[in-house]
Amino acid sequence: MSMFSIFGVSGSAISAQSQRLNVVASNLANVDAVAGPDGKAYKARQVVFQTTLLGAESAAGVRVKEVTESQQPGRKVRDPTSPLADADGYVTHSNVNAVDEMVNMISASRSYQNNVEVMNTAKTLLLKTLQMGQ
Amino acid sequence: MLDKMIGSVDFQSKALLLRAERQRTIASNIANVDTPGYVARDFNFKEAMEAASASQGLVATHKTDNRHMDLSGLDGSSLGNVQKRGYSVQSQPNMDNNTVDLDRERANFVDNAVRYEATLRFISGSAKTMLSAITGQ
Repeated sequence: MSMFSIFGVSGSAISAQSQRLNVVASNLANVDAVAGPDGKAYKARQVVFQTTLLGAESAAGVRVKEVTESQQPGRKVRDPTSPLADADGYVTHSNVNAVDEMVNMISASRSYQNNVEVMNTAKTLLLKTLQMGQ
Repeated sequence: MLDKMIGSVDFQSKALLLRAERQRTIASNIANVDTPGYVARDFNFKEAMEAASASQGLVATHKTDNRHMDLSGLDGSSLGNVQKRGYSVQSQPNMDNNTVDLDRERANFVDNAVRYEATLRFISGSAKTMLSAITGQ
């Protein structure tokens, strides 16, 4: 039954979008982080989506191919008293752009909602198919 | 006799399979709305339906006795391979070369869902007609 693979397709999209939302949450949480576990400033992360075929050609799901780190230079704030200050007295903050992350969050949550609705419609149609002839 | 009874149901069942196939194609497009470089797919339902109606007996059945019923056209499980899948035309160019138009896909999805349900009701209706003819009450 080809309709059942809609759950696979939309399910893969939901898990990919929730991973994206997770990454956004990490970025927003670390927006003011001065140093990460390695002692360096936090770098904004971003997911890369990739189409993945689930059996048939028409069932194209999506998966997170990789999580990349932004290579933009971090924000520098002058604070000579900080123990993390460099020779010139600057402290490097994370390179997270809060506005970008908020846009990313809204986009991810909308896509998530869309896919939930697709699954709901598929479920309704399948239930009605089960009741066929009754 | 049998082919007269199942003729219309057979046609509707092909339509139902194609509707399910299209539903899946649109679901894939919606799932890949944020994938860079993804090209939206769709197919022309009218052409696919014509192709499906023209091809009788998608599954080759082997009769070992001439009293066996003719099963040609009863099974449409391989119907998904009949139609040619095309690429949707890009309405608004995107920076990441993704051609999914979410508004259009959602409209198509709902439209297809309603038509799927309509086909379902047609099948239910003809099944009920046949049942009442059989029971004769």
